This record gives sequence, structure tokens and C-alpha cells, in this order.
Amino acid sequence: MQIGLGHYLTVAAILFTIGVFGIFLNRKNVIVILMSIELMLLAVNVNLVAFSVFLHDLTGQVFALFVLTVAAAEAAIGLAILVTYFRNRGTIAVEDVNLMKG
Amino acid sequence: MIVSAIAFYVFAAIAVAAGFMVIAARNPVHSVLFLILAFFSAAGLFVLMGAEFIALILVIVYVGAVAVLFLFVVMMLDIDFSELRQGFLQYLPIGALVGLILLIELLLVAGAWVITPEATAAGASPIAEHVANTRALGQVLYTQYVYLFQSAGLILLVAMIGAIVLTLRHRVDIKRQVIAHQVGRKRHEGVELKDVKPGQGI
Repeated sequence: MQIGLGHYLTVAAILFTIGVFGIFLNRKNVIVILMSIELMLLAVNVNLVAFSVFLHDLTGQVFALFVLTVAAAEAAIGLAILVTYFRNRGTIAVEDVNLMKG
Repeated sequence: MIVSAIAFYVFAAIAVAAGFMVIAARNPVHSVLFLILAFFSAAGLFVLMGAEFIALILVIVYVGAVAVLFLFVVMMLDIDFSELRQGFLQYLPIGALVGLILLIELLLVAGAWVITPEATAAGASPIAEHVANTRALGQVLYTQYVYLFQSAGLILLVAMIGAIVLTLRHRVDIKRQVIAHQVGRKRHEGVELKDVKPGQGI
């Protein structure tokens, strides 16, 4: 049996949905929220590479590389903010993050 | 052909199951480990598609760097995670509803998708036959997309500096060695000559 574009898109759709679901489910734990965002970016990458391969165009893979770069930068900055916040407040509960509320 | 189909289903099932365990695991350390498993399976899917370079970069960047960073932070922060899980089931219905609607929409789009034949011909950088994936990517990345490549490097530089600036702290209540002060010390600061008269103390 032939594995086509639709199969890969389905896997990516399920992974993306799991990512969105994870953000809703773990509203208090910002670490798991960051991991859910990584899952969603992974799903986007699967989509990009699948289209790139099945349309015979390398641009999708190049773009997947850039998505990877930005995801790595985002994870580093996010975790740095998390460490700083924990040092100041002693907790990482998202609901307590209201210091800048007017 | 049947082997690649079996491999696809195995990798896809492991990726989806690991992705679900990322958000469902009680312990965040387990979440990070399942995230690593999900990335490995996705790398397997990429290899099946013939994008070996992206697959290996995924393993190196995610498993080697990002996941270890997550593991570091999870283990470094002293947090009561069971407290953070309170209200877990409270958000379950609305989350499940939104997720279900999103999944149905995405699958509808994927199912109704038809690619026009012109789209394949109009590619910006078509994949050449008999050229390895890594070589083909390099030939495109360093010529056609060289400015984007450089700006990706800049983004990483900015992220690195930002992370260092955010987490570096100067504590005022501890003593530090300042080598410049030690080297810049003058003789008159350290030694004082006293003219002592004979038979008297200072």
C-alpha cells in the first residue's frame, strides 16, 4: 500500500491538536506549555517536509530548518525567562504572572 | 513498499502516543523524555520521506540541545508539580472540545486537498534526481537563501545573548575577586613608610 501526502498530513494534524490540547490541559504548568508549543512546531515541520517531498520542491525543507532555528531560540529564551521568574517569585504558576497588570 | 508502510505506521503511532504522553504525564521529567521519543519518531518519519538532513538536524538540535535544556530546567527548579496539576480535569472538557474541532477542521482540509499539476512545476527549487538530500539542501541554502541563513544565525546569536543577560545575576552580598583592582594597585596604597625615631614606638 502506498503512503501518500495525506497520511503525513494526518499525523501532523493529530500532533498539532495534541499540542493545542496540552496548552488547555496544563494551564498552570508553563514548562508543559512550552513543550506543547514544541510539539506544535514539530507538527508544522512534518507538514513542511511532507509538502516539500511530495511536491518535489526543496524550499519546504529550507523553511523547516528556519522553523527549527526559531523554535530553538524560543525555547532558550522561554526557559531563561522561566528561571528568572522562578528566582524572583519562587513559583512558576502561570496564574500568578500578573506583575505587569495595570 | 510494505516495509516502508509498516515503518510509517509504527513511527506515526509512536509519535502520536509519545505526544499524548507529553501532555498527560504526571511528572514533567517524564514529559521531557516522551518529548524526546516524539522527536525521534518524527525524525524516523522524515527519513522515510527522504529528508535525511532535517531528520538528523532534528535529532541533534532537539534531542541534543533543546530537550536537555528542558530537562535541566525541570530538574533545577524546585517546584511542587502536584500543586500545579490541580484543576487539571477542570479544563479537560473545553480543551477536548477545542482540540476535537481543530482536528476535524484540519482533517477536512487534508482530505479535500487536491494539488494542481502546475504547482509541482512552479517550484522555486525543484529536487534534482540522483543528488543526495544534504548536498541538494546545501546547494540551495548557501546560494538562494544565503541572507535568510545569515539572519537565522543572527536570531540564534540574539537568543543566546538574551538568555545569558536574563539569567546572569550579580549578587552584591558576596565577595568577588576583581583582578583589575589587584593589578591596578599602587605602591602607596599598600605600603606606608613611617619615620621611627630611635628609642620610641610609633
